[in-house]
Amino acid sequence: MNMTSHTPTAYNFGFLDEYAKKEVRRAILKAVSIPGYQVPYASREMPMGRGFGTGGLQLTLSLIGPGEVLKVIDQGSDDSVNAVNLRQFIEMTCPGVSTTTRTAEATLIQSRHRIPERPLTGDQIIVLQVPYPDALVVVEPSEDKRKIMHGEADYSRLLVKLYEDIVQFDEITISHRYPTRINGHYVIDPSPIPRWDVPKLHHSRSLALFGAGREKKIYAVPPHTDAEPLVFTDVPFRVEDFRDGEGRRRACERCGCADSFLDEFVDGSGEKVYQCSDSDWCDEHLAEANQGVTA
Amino acid sequence: MNKIFEVRGLSKIYGPGCPLCIESTGPDADTNICPHCGSVVAIHDVSFDLFEGEILGLMGESGSGKSTVVKCLYFDQPPSSGEAVFFDRDRQHELFALNAAQQRWLRNHRFGMVYQNPHLGLNFNISAGGNIAERLLMSDLMDYGAIRARARELLARTEVLLSRMDELPKNFSGGMQQRVQIAKALATQPPLLFLDEVTTGLDLSVQARILDLILEIQQELKTAMIVVTHDLGVIRLLTGRALVMKYGRIIEAGLTDQILEDPQHAYTQRLVASAL
Repeated sequence: MNMTSHTPTAYNFGFLDEYAKKEVRRAILKAVSIPGYQVPYASREMPMGRGFGTGGLQLTLSLIGPGEVLKVIDQGSDDSVNAVNLRQFIEMTCPGVSTTTRTAEATLIQSRHRIPERPLTGDQIIVLQVPYPDALVVVEPSEDKRKIMHGEADYSRLLVKLYEDIVQFDEITISHRYPTRINGHYVIDPSPIPRWDVPKLHHSRSLALFGAGREKKIYAVPPHTDAEPLVFTDVPFRVEDFRDGEGRRRACERCGCADSFLDEFVDGSGEKVYQCSDSDWCDEHLAEANQGVTA
Repeated sequence: MNKIFEVRGLSKIYGPGCPLCIESTGPDADTNICPHCGSVVAIHDVSFDLFEGEILGLMGESGSGKSTVVKCLYFDQPPSSGEAVFFDRDRQHELFALNAAQQRWLRNHRFGMVYQNPHLGLNFNISAGGNIAERLLMSDLMDYGAIRARARELLARTEVLLSRMDELPKNFSGGMQQRVQIAKALATQPPLLFLDEVTTGLDLSVQARILDLILEIQQELKTAMIVVTHDLGVIRLLTGRALVMKYGRIIEAGLTDQILEDPQHAYTQRLVASAL
């Protein structure tokens, strides 16, 4: 590792020592080989609190090398606190790595709770930060029993949860962390991504890695792999539709895009405003629109 | 008549066990705790056959091992030794040679269980309909509409008010909880049903209606049942054949009428005499 000679710090390239990275990489290989299986690993102490993305960060630091182009997202935005801090930390500890806010340019994307709108390519890896890795935790408190249930692909109690939802509310009310079956066997918690993003995992061109630092688990959805949300045969899965009272699809206030995931917030005058959650997507659309105006 | 179940030499010992366990326990020794190693011989060498549509009674006092037999056969507990073959249409399953997933499949698809305590058989945090849905989902029925319809049908059959289908079972009376449990057990139309002290603790009129329901189901669906009870009235009403257990051994077996009218073993004589 001659990279260390560039850095003024005493830390190894990528903060983690090489043994730690090796262990994480082994866990990744296992996770990719058994799609959806939660591989345990020795989550290291990071210079930030558990629950602030340490799982995703350890994945990123183990994968990253000089020449890599990194994008860090926090709920769609490159500029919110979590994303900025993680990006700065990685810039500091990984000399030779460049960062970007453009999805198209990135080779490695670490994200908190969103998958970019722009379809990812086979050259990209997305790392998602996971607070609760086990989808079964809502129905079974004992991890021992959950492991047996996963092994036998026994997810009936999760489906009962969906049944009760439909009985009570006439639809499934899970807004994020929607249980998703990978490759026909293991059901994963796809991290708190909205329903909107779940279909993006299905036969994606890119590898999706999930890291839970506090719970010490790594799992993966490899490229071109089935990722099917748990549903009943006669109640299809549906994503957010962003329709207003009249049934019209809302568009982004800023760029006018009408087929992206929208964030709702209240502007200065108390009005509800909708804007693309993916800031890079929004910028790109805005630039295109402006080009149209000037041309 | 087709044989549906064949149990041979079923034993369950809690504790380390020693070579003297068997000879120093049982009805003759008047204990089921081995004096040499302290192990509890819950059941030893239990063998019987069960035929299609038949109701077999298992009776005996508390601690005689009758519930343990059923728990072993329903995979709630692994036996120490013994064999059980389940004849399912044209296939045979050697119960204790199956792996965990196969056992779970059999348990979910082909067996049904009604416990004395509804807390064991029902999930009290989900609605009555949800409890039945759980069992249907376990047997791979994935259609919401079909699940709803089947749950409604089952609850109607077991005389639970349909307006209370989406209520939590904890709001129900004991008899109603037991009916929901029976509906849940019947959800997959199992050819074999285990009933563990189903009417114990219910008042007499509710008992009578539950027993009627069980008999009707047996007539209608030709379900074979193993009924565990210490209540001789239940044995007399429901079962055609019965086994009497004491300290983990079968001490008498035969037609129910015969056992109740002309008991051979001293213990059975005492049991029958004390009940009348």
